[in-house]
Amino acid sequence: MEHIVIIGNGIAGVTAARHIRKKSDKKITIISGEHPYFFSRTALMYVYMGHLKFEHTQPYENWFWKKNKIDLLQGFVTNIDTDKKQLFLIDETSISYDKLIIATGSKPNKFGWKGQNSDGVMGLYHKQDLENLEKFAPNNKVCKRAVIVGGGLIGIELAEMLRSRKIPVTFLVRENSFWNGVLPAQESEMINKHILEHHIDLRLNTNLKEIIPDENGLVKSVIIEGTNEEIPCNIVGLTAGVSPNIDFLKESTIEINKGVLVNRFLETNIKNVFAIGDCAEQKNPIGNRRPIEAVWYTGRMMGETVAQTICGNKTEYKPGNWFNSAKFLDIEYQTYGWVFSEKNKAENEAHFQWQHPSENKCITISFDKNSHEFLGINTFGIRMRHEIFDRWLSEKKSLAFVLEFLADANFDPEFYKVHEAEIIAKFNQEMGTNIQLKKKSWKRIFSKA
Amino acid sequence: MKAIKYSGLVIFLVGFGIFTSAVFFGYFNFTKQELDSYIIEKGYKSERLKEELKKSIVTDKKLSIFEFSSKVRAAFENSNNYHNELISKYNSEKNWDKKSEQFQYTVFGKPHSLSYDLAKKAGKGFFKEEPKLAWWLTFGLGIFGALFFILPNISLLGKPGIKNDGIYFESSTNRGWIAWLVLVYLVVFYLLLYFMPDYVVNWTFIFDPISNVLNGGNASQWFVYGFLYCVIMILMGIRMYIKYRNNKYQIVRTTSVLFFQIVFAFLIPEIMTSLNMPGYDFKSAFPLDYDFFFEWNIKSLQSSGAIGVFILVWGIILTLIIVPVMVYFFGKRWYCSWVCGCGGLAETLGDPYRQHSDKSLNAWKFERWLIHSVLLFSLLMTIVTLYCYFSGTSSFLGIKSQWIKDAYSFLIGAWFAGVIGTGFYPIFGNRVWCRFGCPLAAYLGFIQRFKSRFRITTNGGQCISCGNCSTYCEQGIDVRAYAQKGENIVRSSCVGCGICSAVCPRGVLKLENGPEKGRINPTEILLGNDIDLIKLLNNQ
Repeated sequence: MEHIVIIGNGIAGVTAARHIRKKSDKKITIISGEHPYFFSRTALMYVYMGHLKFEHTQPYENWFWKKNKIDLLQGFVTNIDTDKKQLFLIDETSISYDKLIIATGSKPNKFGWKGQNSDGVMGLYHKQDLENLEKFAPNNKVCKRAVIVGGGLIGIELAEMLRSRKIPVTFLVRENSFWNGVLPAQESEMINKHILEHHIDLRLNTNLKEIIPDENGLVKSVIIEGTNEEIPCNIVGLTAGVSPNIDFLKESTIEINKGVLVNRFLETNIKNVFAIGDCAEQKNPIGNRRPIEAVWYTGRMMGETVAQTICGNKTEYKPGNWFNSAKFLDIEYQTYGWVFSEKNKAENEAHFQWQHPSENKCITISFDKNSHEFLGINTFGIRMRHEIFDRWLSEKKSLAFVLEFLADANFDPEFYKVHEAEIIAKFNQEMGTNIQLKKKSWKRIFSKA
Repeated sequence: MKAIKYSGLVIFLVGFGIFTSAVFFGYFNFTKQELDSYIIEKGYKSERLKEELKKSIVTDKKLSIFEFSSKVRAAFENSNNYHNELISKYNSEKNWDKKSEQFQYTVFGKPHSLSYDLAKKAGKGFFKEEPKLAWWLTFGLGIFGALFFILPNISLLGKPGIKNDGIYFESSTNRGWIAWLVLVYLVVFYLLLYFMPDYVVNWTFIFDPISNVLNGGNASQWFVYGFLYCVIMILMGIRMYIKYRNNKYQIVRTTSVLFFQIVFAFLIPEIMTSLNMPGYDFKSAFPLDYDFFFEWNIKSLQSSGAIGVFILVWGIILTLIIVPVMVYFFGKRWYCSWVCGCGGLAETLGDPYRQHSDKSLNAWKFERWLIHSVLLFSLLMTIVTLYCYFSGTSSFLGIKSQWIKDAYSFLIGAWFAGVIGTGFYPIFGNRVWCRFGCPLAAYLGFIQRFKSRFRITTNGGQCISCGNCSTYCEQGIDVRAYAQKGENIVRSSCVGCGICSAVCPRGVLKLENGPEKGRINPTEILLGNDIDLIKLLNNQ
């Protein structure tokens, strides 16, 4: 019986294992060092905030793995001998495989700051980070202030977590507005304001110079670059992005760059060795996507795809239209298709924007300036229907079409105020058009054109 | 603000303490004249009973309710024993005339109910004599305290949004000692209410003035319960308004359950009673309203003229037509989380405990066995009852009508729906009854599962498996198991409370009523992954 070994029990590895099991009776082993069972790391924040217990982050009950004959092995892989098809673990045991899937995910970036290895400096990625946080920042008596470095999705989540325990937070953001490498200015500014409303000390245009530990090696303060201001604090959250967690492959014959290099079939340079999820790096990026995508659902899709290939149905990884979502404190964000920030948008990309006069709601629709083709949408505080936008993007609908049928795409709970009419009124006024909003139609929503 | 909140808690606890300790206050006794007129009023014929009662409760001593109750119950027991012995004696002597003469002397009824009835007349002391002041000291303080405790949340909870911070750190919401204390209190409360109403007769004195205004009579323990139920729902409803003020669905839904409880379950029946009509809750549907087809109810409706006949027809139409048609269009939520009284309490008082419902596969299996057994039990009971009613016999299929009615009322009506159903909120979640026991929910569930437009739509591939939806599902549905596969949630037990959709951080879930076609959508591959892959899979 063919032995499939998967390193990593995150969403990518576990999805691969489940789908291989659905299609075959191959022997499957998942190796993980972090925790014996699969959990959703995106939910770790809710454990710290008291919304969930850790066990609630586990999507499958513990009997699931045995019942589905998926062997779980706890340990860290230190090296791989691809000729002998053997893995070596930290406890000096070894395992042989017939096919290997590397799904080891990411680790938080550290940029060589002085003092970055002090106690109380942490990322927010692993279960161990959560445990560290409980140790160094259980409440606002032990942790009088926290400094977060890096203005992205994880940074704002960490800020929300700490604020839930009333810990004062200073949030250092390199850019001149929150996440404005990704978000258009209107949205980035709305989030800046929202961060301040949550009593987070947001410092834009601010870089970390160094971290100062006390005599016991515990964080005492940080120094800001330029002003040399010293901010006393008890923990430092490093949330300046993540990078593939593949140091253990450096000695192996597997070709790596930032991540494990793979082709469209998720194959590495070595036969029978695959890489999926956050740690995989596409040799040639797919569309506008980055070569390394540390996104939950791409990990899942790669897992589904590699399972097909391993079970004899060689399948190319083709992620469809880009989409994503996040939550910035109280504001939900969804995006479908491509909306680039002013900094990064292409010459042909134009934006139409609408913002609610008082509530935290806004949208940006991006379109091709010349052809008026719809390119993508960002929504804040308004939920949208994935299936509809996926269809419209695939069918390359026009901007006018999208606006006309915008009501079909709304996904807010019942009784919520809808804003399509205001949005279209603003558009007509700006563009001198006369688009009329169509009423929501179940028939259209469910027609699979 | 915090100071206001905690002084509110103190005021509430004082009112709550006085209310609880009311059980131990006051005293009970009769003068000879009072007893005589009571016996005449009740039509008790046994001299022995009169003697026994006179001996035990005609006294100057100030008996506590516990002493009073035990003396009264002993008196009834002694008297009944005495007459029963005579019956068997005459039976063995084959003295039929004397034997049948004895039957008029035995008194039927539950001992604590007989004692309650006497205590209601014999009570004296503060709660009896100063009911209005007593109301203010118990309910008045309790309501004001609760408002002071709840209202500051408008500012303390911060901006509108999801307010679940610290739920798993608090003793009261994380199965700590406070939660267990509340469980014990609720269980004892229901045991007293259902089985030992005489012990809480002081509570009924507090409500005599209000009851007289509403229905022209003194308050029973059920009046107290109904009033308390409404007060708790309103106060905890205010808490819901504040907690979910970002969510219009929750606000509209909470308003709906409050309206149906106060107007339909409380005011209309009281007003009907005052007009000498049968007090009827027009929204309570069989088989949740399990005694609707009991002989006494049918008889009482038949003897109530046009309104009685209307209620009889309405009750049948409600169960057979209105309920299923509405479930077809809107899902069972229209009843279970918008209208029903049990659901109303679960959605208000029970909201802080919703996360405790068991999400395991075993719990789901247990649920399906249990709730469908209760449905069968209720139907069997009703068939036996109706057969006996129309044929005039006392049993059907070898089952005695009285026995099965008593068994159901005791096991399901009192223990399951009350003592366990509400008492277990703090530890086992707020829908124990609705999920495991309610026969109406089981019936609606079949329709919702097999013939309805309702579903919770999963938004393509946006789910991140965080588990908030499953954790906060009061019905113990593992919502995430569907959402992370991109599948819609179509489950018979879903009551459509909408909290899964509210707590989802990624906008994945939406309750909606749409075309039946495509409602259930098993997916192999998540949306977003390329179309060819779907084709490949479909062709397999």
